[in-house]
Amino acid sequence: MNHSVTLIRDKCKGCTTCIKHCPTEAIRVRRGKAIIVAERCIDCGQCIRVCPHHAKRAVCDGLDRLSEFDYTVALPAPSLYGQFHNLDDVNIVLAALLDIGFDAVFEVARAAEIISDMTRQEMGTPGALPRPVISSACPASVRLICQRFPGLMANVLPFMAPVELASVLARREAMNKTGLSPERIGVFFLTPCPAKATAVRNPIGLAAPVIDGAIALSELYLHLLPVMKKRPDLPDLATAGLMGLGWAVSGGESAALLGESYLAVDGIENVIQVLEDIEDGKLPEVEFLELSACTQGCVGGCLTVENPFAAKARMKRLMKFLPVSRNKVGPGDKPLASWGAFLSHTPVFRLDADMQAALEKQARIEALAAQLPGLDCSSCGAPSCRSLAEDVVLGFASEEDCIFRMRERVMYLSGDGDAEQFLPPPFRRDPGAGDN
Amino acid sequence: MSELVLHYEVEGANFSAAGEASSAVKRVLSRLGLSDKVVRRASICLYEGEINMVIHASGGVIDVTVFPDRLEMVLKDTGPGIRNLEEAMREGFSTASDSVRDLGFGAGMGLPNMKKYADDITVESEVGVGTTVRMVVRLDG
Repeated sequence: MNHSVTLIRDKCKGCTTCIKHCPTEAIRVRRGKAIIVAERCIDCGQCIRVCPHHAKRAVCDGLDRLSEFDYTVALPAPSLYGQFHNLDDVNIVLAALLDIGFDAVFEVARAAEIISDMTRQEMGTPGALPRPVISSACPASVRLICQRFPGLMANVLPFMAPVELASVLARREAMNKTGLSPERIGVFFLTPCPAKATAVRNPIGLAAPVIDGAIALSELYLHLLPVMKKRPDLPDLATAGLMGLGWAVSGGESAALLGESYLAVDGIENVIQVLEDIEDGKLPEVEFLELSACTQGCVGGCLTVENPFAAKARMKRLMKFLPVSRNKVGPGDKPLASWGAFLSHTPVFRLDADMQAALEKQARIEALAAQLPGLDCSSCGAPSCRSLAEDVVLGFASEEDCIFRMRERVMYLSGDGDAEQFLPPPFRRDPGAGDN
Repeated sequence: MSELVLHYEVEGANFSAAGEASSAVKRVLSRLGLSDKVVRRASICLYEGEINMVIHASGGVIDVTVFPDRLEMVLKDTGPGIRNLEEAMREGFSTASDSVRDLGFGAGMGLPNMKKYADDITVESEVGVGTTVRMVVRLDG
């Protein structure tokens, strides 16, 4: 997979902050630099948020890519509208997008309303979808399910994310309007997060990409600000109601389903916890589960500018003036939006394809984990003592990567108990205690 | 053939930690490549047993042994014991206190769920001495 989240090598000091915060234990430090294990990364952006040296970034497309196409369409994520002070009309943002070089705009919020309508219909059809139905909109959450909760893959709503449907509909509209062939039309998503940038290149549930590129909201922000003006001749480009805009904030997708038994969860650690609970059958009453890897939903994406709480408040204010919903499922929309493929399990945590070999490896992991100090200090470059034990057994690390194990070895080799005085205080043995 | 033994200690009356053992076992089992169905069944059995130990028995110990063909789970406590086992196995029967019910537990589905999801279950219990629950989940199930 072609990940958006990447390391800026020169800036990385090998400090281990990111490895402790990665929800899928996808990062290790080797030779003083962080290394992302590509198969495990879900592009949630946690490492970008926590890195004190700004050594992680999300690779997105630049505005220069617009010149590759004869006609370009911008797909603004609804979270874009929450980035600006005193914005009372979405048209100001949409017109500014035309001013900075796009030929047309197609609001993702418009497609979101279609997906909401489709979901309402499908959930109202008895037996059509297993409960709880899990939202497919957050790609970091869906990839997490494919890695760690394969038993819940069948519960994921089998529809494209709104941005993908928006792209398909936008390209069709552009073709009808211009007569150009599809490949000459460039459709760009204005993204709040790296997970969606990765999903643009590697879509989930679709055979091939349907979007031409992803441009970060943070990159657009400075281009948009100078041209955002209230003016009498402002074109009416807005096409969505409050339901579509509501998707920017955690709970918005659920609210648009007009049901009561839903759960909207935000923040990747909370998402993991609730998926565990669902898997254990602890929440049988939940009909719909909305997941956002980012705090407060998409407004908390790490490619946004404004803090998520302020952005959420602004979204609510904008929504006050809007009709409930302006878009419904049209004929042909459902087959268009339905996934062509089932989700498949990515068994990145499996120890061995052979069950007996896996059993033996797990037994060695348990034995080694019991011997390690259990401080989870990460000096070895792994997030925890247990993950070091796993890395050792899988052949990616050595026992002596543990500074405490190394101490034992140094003392054994030097044959000198006083070698300890050369160790920094936290690593010296407590004279009153036994081994570790 | 080698087997894998996992050992956990469950703290009594600590509802926030309840479920830690079943989550840990679930993670290990999926690493072994067992089917989602088996992992889920084992995890429900263990979670229910773990909660019972927290509510009724001020904690206990859990030993899970993974054999090439089956999982054996033994949950042992030195709690008050089960007075009437037949009643306890009935859906909806519970001796949980009101304060426990207020937390959302005590629906009387613990042992019935364990029986439903395990391939085999035996409960030995003596009033005033403690309870030992043994459950087997077959890996081909």
